[in-house]
Amino acid sequence: MLRHLLIASFGAGIMYLVTSNISLFDNYQVGQIASFVVVLAGLSVLTGVNGQISLGHGAFMAVGAYTTALLMNHTQWNFVLELASAVGVAGVAGLLIGIPATRLKGPYLAGMTLLFALALPPIADKWPNTFGGDQGLTMTTPNAPGSLSPQEWLAWIQIGGALIVLVLLANLLRSRYGRTLRAVRDDEIAASLAGINVARTKVLAFVISAGCAGLAGAFLGLSTGVVNTGAFPLTLSIQLLAAMVLGGTGSLIGMVWGAILLVYLPQWSTSLSGHFNLGSGVSAYLATIIFGAVLIVAMIAAPHGVQGGLRWAWRRLPGSGSGVGGPAPGAPGAPIPVLTDE
Amino acid sequence: MSLFLNYTLNGIANGMIYSALALALVLIFRATKIINFAQGAAGMMTTFIASSLLAHGVSYWWAFVLVLAIGFAFGAMTERIFIRPLQGKSELNPVIVTIGLLVVLEGVAGAIYGNASRGFPAAYSQSGLTFGHSRIAFSHFDVFILVAVLVLMIAILILFRATTLGLRMRASAFAGEISRLLGVRVGILLTLGWGLAGIAGSLAGLLVAPTSSFGPYYMDLVLVYAFTGAVIGGLESPVGALIGGLVTGLCISYVGGYLGSGLEPLGALVLLMVALMARPEGLFSRPAARRV
Repeated sequence: MLRHLLIASFGAGIMYLVTSNISLFDNYQVGQIASFVVVLAGLSVLTGVNGQISLGHGAFMAVGAYTTALLMNHTQWNFVLELASAVGVAGVAGLLIGIPATRLKGPYLAGMTLLFALALPPIADKWPNTFGGDQGLTMTTPNAPGSLSPQEWLAWIQIGGALIVLVLLANLLRSRYGRTLRAVRDDEIAASLAGINVARTKVLAFVISAGCAGLAGAFLGLSTGVVNTGAFPLTLSIQLLAAMVLGGTGSLIGMVWGAILLVYLPQWSTSLSGHFNLGSGVSAYLATIIFGAVLIVAMIAAPHGVQGGLRWAWRRLPGSGSGVGGPAPGAPGAPIPVLTDE
Repeated sequence: MSLFLNYTLNGIANGMIYSALALALVLIFRATKIINFAQGAAGMMTTFIASSLLAHGVSYWWAFVLVLAIGFAFGAMTERIFIRPLQGKSELNPVIVTIGLLVVLEGVAGAIYGNASRGFPAAYSQSGLTFGHSRIAFSHFDVFILVAVLVLMIAILILFRATTLGLRMRASAFAGEISRLLGVRVGILLTLGWGLAGIAGSLAGLLVAPTSSFGPYYMDLVLVYAFTGAVIGGLESPVGALIGGLVTGLCISYVGGYLGSGLEPLGALVLLMVALMARPEGLFSRPAARRV
């Protein structure tokens, strides 16, 4: 716990230096990266550490975003309470999906969560008076203290949230509960023979990761200022999956790489297609193609993602060989880990 | 009453399409124990190719047959290039690869063909058939859907039950190592299975296109409905795919009709959850043994 807090404080210090010295637009993007880190960390815990794949996390983000937006528009609740409600309501949604999910494995779970991702947004369209229809609902950030610019303030809210979530999840993974999650992933029958309540563990993992997604959805709603169904298509859920895989499934810090990909890829692909004069039609879809390609290539060639690659390189450094060898623990396809980091 | 009849007929017509795609999913699952989430998108891609062929003046039926053949080739190539390297590793990896393929296919289709909404012609008239004095909600085209999918299904059943090739395919899926020892070319048969699934997927794509807004994402919902149908029927059984697809089609038609459109995916989700809670192996499967 202490170690995590120290690392988080160090990270906070670095981020303070970064945000004070970069442009306002870059602050906005850094805040978005932090928001995505929140949802990706939750997804990484669910898929990498607990072994349950989810293609529906975009929908959980929508639940959180709409909850906060509705509270902002209809009540005068404290801002932190509104964010906490996003986590809570999304967690309930995670419960509703997590309970049938205990019976499902791999592809079946993927199919059900895929259906969930497609089924949820149209509900908001069905009742446009409550949910704002195409225009959506607006979200406003509370005023910045002192002379801090609104963009920096928002980035700080998002970075702070991300750091808190990372510290909490890191502690969780280090604890007995973290070992329970991994035990259920690796061998459900052995885990239940050892006295673990497998179903409860799996549902709780879903609830936690859905709560993270809800918070991230609220954060992103603050970034864009508006929440509508168009912001949460199926492609978002798939992009989250791609970002998690690239960052390193099962890792927490690795999710920063994935979040960077999510935020910067649309820009890079636009400039790439401009560079090659590919036309505006193509550039809109180039980012999508690259996400899909990332998924395919990563699965075939580098299933442990960037963080796994970094760990592999770290172990290869002379003099740093520790007793734990082999592929990065916590990723699909790895053998049963003896000791785990993060 | 006539509203109910219309919803039923509509459900049957749509259900047959879901059955076709569900059949593709079942074929692949039987062969390689993978669910190919990209099957719908592959059908979408081949239908876009058909649309291009039609725009170049190729006659409808030639385009139809050609595109089914392209679907076969697509499916076979996918197995060879993307799935073969992943055999034997974790169960999640092929799932993620097929999702990646789904996204890439949608992106490529969008990039090549753009966002402009386009129509796709139907093989037959889409106005309702007349019986006596009344029109029912079942058109010539719906009859064609029914016949086409049934023909496909019967052909697949005959292949599996009555030919040596089918027997070898079933053996490869059921017990790969033993089949290899007995001289069966398992690899080629798995590729063949994916190719056949590609045909079914292309057929589904061609049948859906006239009735929906024809863009890169139009097969997404069809895929999840087909998945629901395949799961209900039991992922190992072609007959189960047919029944499951019909059940899903009917359920969605009723939900859409009585509760309002837009809630259909939610209805499918509830149906899937109920089916998975009540009978996760599906209606038509053998109970599976689990190794402890």
